Amino acid sequence: MRDGETKRDIRDTDLDRPALEAALARIWNTPEGLWGALATVDHKIIGRRYVITAFVFLALGGVLAMLMRLQLAQPEARVLGPDRYNQIFTMHGSNMMFLFAVPVMEAVGVYLVPLMVGTRNIAFPRLNAFSYWIFLAGGALLWISFVLDMGPDVGWFAYVPLSGPQYGFGKRADIWAQMITFTELSALAVSVEIVVTILKQRAPGMSLDKIPLFVWSMLVTSFVVIMAMPAIMIASSTLILDRLVGTHLFNPAEGGDVLLWQHLFWFFGHPEVYIIFLPAVGMVSTMTATFARRPVFGDLAMVMALIATGILAFGLWVHHMFVTGLPRLGESFFTASSMAIAIPAGVQIFCWLATLWDGKPIFKTPLLFVIGFIVTFVIGGLTGVMVASVPFDTQVHDTYFVVAHFHYVLIGGAVFPLLGAIYYWFPKITGRMMSESLGRSAFWLIFIGFNMTFFPMHILGLQGMPRRIYTYQPDMPWHDLNLFVSVSSLILVAGFLLFFFDAIRSARRGLPAGDNPWDAPTLEWATSSPPPSFNFSYIPVVKAANPLWEQPDVLAVAGGLRINSRELIISTVASAEPEAREASPRNSIWPFVAALATTVMLISSIFTPWAVVWGSIPIVVALIGWFWPKGTPEDES
Amino acid sequence: MKERIVADVSRLSLHGTGSASTTWWGTLGFMLIEATGFALAIAVYLYLMSIAATWPTDAPTPDLLPGTLVTLTLIASVLPNYLVSQWAEREDLRKVRIGLVVMSILGIVPLIIRAFEFYALKVNWDTNAYGSIVWILLGLHTTHIITDLADTLVLAALMYTRHGRNRRRLGDVQDNAMYWNFVVVTWLPIYGCIYWIPRL
Repeated sequence: MRDGETKRDIRDTDLDRPALEAALARIWNTPEGLWGALATVDHKIIGRRYVITAFVFLALGGVLAMLMRLQLAQPEARVLGPDRYNQIFTMHGSNMMFLFAVPVMEAVGVYLVPLMVGTRNIAFPRLNAFSYWIFLAGGALLWISFVLDMGPDVGWFAYVPLSGPQYGFGKRADIWAQMITFTELSALAVSVEIVVTILKQRAPGMSLDKIPLFVWSMLVTSFVVIMAMPAIMIASSTLILDRLVGTHLFNPAEGGDVLLWQHLFWFFGHPEVYIIFLPAVGMVSTMTATFARRPVFGDLAMVMALIATGILAFGLWVHHMFVTGLPRLGESFFTASSMAIAIPAGVQIFCWLATLWDGKPIFKTPLLFVIGFIVTFVIGGLTGVMVASVPFDTQVHDTYFVVAHFHYVLIGGAVFPLLGAIYYWFPKITGRMMSESLGRSAFWLIFIGFNMTFFPMHILGLQGMPRRIYTYQPDMPWHDLNLFVSVSSLILVAGFLLFFFDAIRSARRGLPAGDNPWDAPTLEWATSSPPPSFNFSYIPVVKAANPLWEQPDVLAVAGGLRINSRELIISTVASAEPEAREASPRNSIWPFVAALATTVMLISSIFTPWAVVWGSIPIVVALIGWFWPKGTPEDES
Repeated sequence: MKERIVADVSRLSLHGTGSASTTWWGTLGFMLIEATGFALAIAVYLYLMSIAATWPTDAPTPDLLPGTLVTLTLIASVLPNYLVSQWAEREDLRKVRIGLVVMSILGIVPLIIRAFEFYALKVNWDTNAYGSIVWILLGLHTTHIITDLADTLVLAALMYTRHGRNRRRLGDVQDNAMYWNFVVVTWLPIYGCIYWIPRL
């Protein structure tokens, strides 16, 4: 049968270059218009949407932060009342963690991983489309509820009993819990796609030792997501059960336990920090190599550090619970493990420094953000080692010291690399350069504004200012520093506004970028900017860890794929030997329909448990529509 | 950038099976997610037990009969499940069709007994934390039986259409069989928790 097929099929090797690209475009392009937009499964379109949506949530979260700073700028201010303030700090934390930080990292992975491993689309592209719609629905649920004065007000970790049926009146806590279900569902789906893309769709020859460090970081991150997020899904589902149908898991009066909630939450919540941080580490390694003009020093040590961090991430969660009265032995163990994670972090820092030391660094905007990251993250890491110690943590728990610490780790450790990454990959995504001069200004405003905003919070914390208070009395010694922080935050905002302005302007009017404006070594720069719908005209064949540096002029490729249907190469896990040609699904409206049905079910289930029963029927119908073969060449091959 | 063709993939087979298939890996990924979920639910059970004065709390030990019957049915289903997978691998469509009908029945039977199992717990989900966690464990596993049954029914229907004669769909049958094994294996520790730990 295969011989007959070979005669009938058109192969990429049968056509000259323009005809090949036209044929590939015909089969891979997403049609214009609403239908195409809803049905697309192109990882680049979905990745771009994910990134933009996440940045919209960043901006919205920033507005909330500024409202809080306005309220705290002076004692006894009346900009916000206590109830609104509770909603706002809960929204700010939940939004930044669940709708910005995790999704944006996954989003960059969705866009870049298939390009960096040299394949034509992500594994399970329809699941990818589904995951985006689910993420969007979860974000919309949270924000629409907030606008309707139904925003959650129980803190981003929603501790019981405050969030339980006894104190959490109305639907506010349910909305928080169900938003979690949406975002974790989408993150889990993306993680499976990324793992399978990396394990099975790498370009021929890209053995484990030739995988780019960003791809390694996404692999480890995805496994951390897979092992950590079930905990929060169980937590949020059981919270809803306690609230809706009267289970007693978190009710001490009936044999439940409030600390159980904290264990479940932080078993997810601490790895979450690394889910955000590890992709950032991968971005930093990528940019450091490109701008230092040499491969990353200690490539193997970097991979080992990534894996070690991913494993240790699961042994730290109790350090969030040091003041809950746990056994001494437990506290000692978790102090030790919390300090131990500084070791792989230190290894990475020294590897980057060595790379820069030995290289010939070119200080473009992305590298500025990398250096800003190293400085800021080290400060955050040091306060991290401080709060890992139980006696110290007992003093500063729930104060602004902790607020300062985690903003240093999260903004310094993840947002700085992310902004650098946007400057770095923007030319690939849009085909245009961002402005170098605006980029430098944005960097300095953000770096200086950030430190002026958050460093004084350490001192406020040491002076005893608790987090989450909506106001304070004039006789407290916190007024001057709070005013200073609030004014400084304007500098930070100015930096972000400049960044957004630059991104929007450059997308239309930036200078044309060309394929590889930074002379970078990884595969995504081997194709045009922006990449065509099929990513590569021929699938690359990889012989070195930095293919475009080893062979700057010629790209080794594989020929022989069919071009009358969507086809890509499946390769072995370790050595990336090609082992099959595999069909990749076409566009389909069903993921959108399935996401819509899932949204209706999940939101209705806040109000009645029967929604789970009746709401599942449309989901099943949508899934059958999704999986049922349509007779396309991809289905039949 | 200039391209030089250095490898020819035209002879590679279309659609790999087993570890050469992305669906196989995807199924494995989701099994890892769900296994983590089960492990955590069991951890919650043990945690609540560790802080309880008596276990089961304010309830008799659950009846063994329905749960044990479900366990035996599930274990018995492993053999036909294995055969279906083998037939799918050999592309024996006629046997696959029969096998999937048998597996659909073997999915429905434990669900029917499962209904009695909830009564056999002799405690309600809203009685106390013990009742809540046993209902959650049982409910969590029941959704997995339902999910795989739905998948089996759809595949069984598909096999009777013209789409059945396709390696790709037969690969789906194999992945579905693998997932059923997972549903059976994850039941065993839950069975141990619900029925035997209170009897220790």
